[in-house]
Amino acid sequence: MSDIILKGKVHKYGSNVNTDEIIPARYLNTTDPIVLAKYCMEDIDKDFVKNVKPGDIIVAENNFGCGSSREHAPISIKAAGVSAVIANSFARIFFRNSINIGLPILESEEAVKSIKDGDEIEINLNKGTIHNITQNKTYQSQPFPEFMQKIIKAGGLLKYIKK
Amino acid sequence: MGSAITEKILAAHCGKKVVEPGEFIEPKVDIALGNDVTAPLAIKEFKKSGVKKVFDKNKIALVMDHFTPNKDILSAEHVKFVREFAKEQKIKHYFEGGNVGVEHAIVPEKGIAIPGDIIIGADSHTCTYGALGAFSTGVGSTDLASAMATGKVWFKVPNSIKFVLKGKLNKWVSGKDIILYIIGLIGVDGALYNSMEFTGSVCKKLTMADRFTIANMAIEAGGKNGIFAPDEITEKYAAKRALRKYKFYESDKDAKYLKTYEIDCSKIFPQVALPFLPSNAKAVKDVKKTYIDQVVIGSCTNGRIEDLRIAASIIKKGKKVNPNVRTIVIPATPAIYSQALEEGLLKIFMDAGAVVSAPTCGPCLGGHMGILASGEKCVSTTNRNFVGRMGHVESQVFLANPAVSAASAIKGYIATPDEIK
Repeated sequence: MSDIILKGKVHKYGSNVNTDEIIPARYLNTTDPIVLAKYCMEDIDKDFVKNVKPGDIIVAENNFGCGSSREHAPISIKAAGVSAVIANSFARIFFRNSINIGLPILESEEAVKSIKDGDEIEINLNKGTIHNITQNKTYQSQPFPEFMQKIIKAGGLLKYIKK
Repeated sequence: MGSAITEKILAAHCGKKVVEPGEFIEPKVDIALGNDVTAPLAIKEFKKSGVKKVFDKNKIALVMDHFTPNKDILSAEHVKFVREFAKEQKIKHYFEGGNVGVEHAIVPEKGIAIPGDIIIGADSHTCTYGALGAFSTGVGSTDLASAMATGKVWFKVPNSIKFVLKGKLNKWVSGKDIILYIIGLIGVDGALYNSMEFTGSVCKKLTMADRFTIANMAIEAGGKNGIFAPDEITEKYAAKRALRKYKFYESDKDAKYLKTYEIDCSKIFPQVALPFLPSNAKAVKDVKKTYIDQVVIGSCTNGRIEDLRIAASIIKKGKKVNPNVRTIVIPATPAIYSQALEEGLLKIFMDAGAVVSAPTCGPCLGGHMGILASGEKCVSTTNRNFVGRMGHVESQVFLANPAVSAASAIKGYIATPDEIK
């Protein structure tokens, strides 16, 4: 099987981007990913949905996705076309939810420090490498624990438990 | 090397003698919980899995509390979807209409969550039940779907951080002030992935309501769970409610902690967390005069009878709430509502010009029943003050205890209870 390559432009944010900013509660009366995608990041960056292109990557500092347990948050990010999120750290429920729905997330302080808003980057998910095309630099992130790789390989938690 | 209480509960639920922090485990869950926002997604996932029946109809709680009484057609459809699932699966603990309360108030009140349990909930404030000496944590909808199908959930065993609560409690200082102070000290990711264990001589002075409030906000410091070792106060609470046999666990004397914080509670004065993070905690007395438009007293953090009693005792002294402040009081469960009615608390609120609402999460997450317009400010006993949390992206939420909230409702600005003569 060939390596999974994700490539896109970076949308960069700071620390503690919370789930209320990612998808405000006023839109939680739906579970439809297409509807949720329309309002993604609305309360932190109202132009995000206008600017985002399929494959783009969110880069943020500490504690990304803190707050509520709403799975609507990673769902809206994924459905908006974002291929991965890179951060120094993730809030734990957001981390679980992303793995469970198959949104790739990577932790790399080195990458977050160096990557600038608008940079073009390419991620090799299998190797955990992040290549910054704009700056011609490469960063390494921690590979997922084996347990989580199995969930991702199965295509999400429910498919994993079905096995 | 001994084990911390969290490790002991986790070990007991996966048939092991001990578990080590960092280890991946798949323990059995005693209760799996969902609400009207998260359960619809979970049920959709559950149906995709091909599993026909939930693992145990008595171990699932579905509480329709967030947007109920249904605020719009889409929300009503969600609740209908969950209701039909609950009927079809014969889910024992289904709450809606006149039975419903805010989930983290009603689940322990009804004895569904008990000491020694593992409880997972598709709601971040599921950590509340740690107050009972249970391991209790928030997960997402897919996790809930998986737990409803298998009765298990995957976890990485967390490290524990110990908070030793010492000293004497100052006047008007409650569980809310202690936890806001701690979050202010360690930050919103200060306990990320870790267990927050609360101990020390002050714990004996804390009511179950205070402990629920403290455990409830462990997530606001990024914690996986917040936990108190059960004692005679827990026993008194659980004995008359528990639907199952419960078990008390406690940390070994030689348990290993990632960190220990000694918290001198005599240095804590009534707190307020300024926008836009719960960690922006300050003593109310040190905050400059800030005029407000709304006060909310309620939620899974502070909607219990003890909270309403404190608020009523202050409002009674002040007689009327400030005409510029919409004051919304939300008893967290029907039993609390009823008790407050019997004690005359609701009449005090209503006579003072406050609104008394049916139990709902409503305004806490900007759902309904008290949404803020642009530029408006609200003092609230809830747990989050993020950007746009209670409404317009340019509105502001200030988190405080019920006494400060009641005093602020009367004064029209963020006030200490001592200002009400």
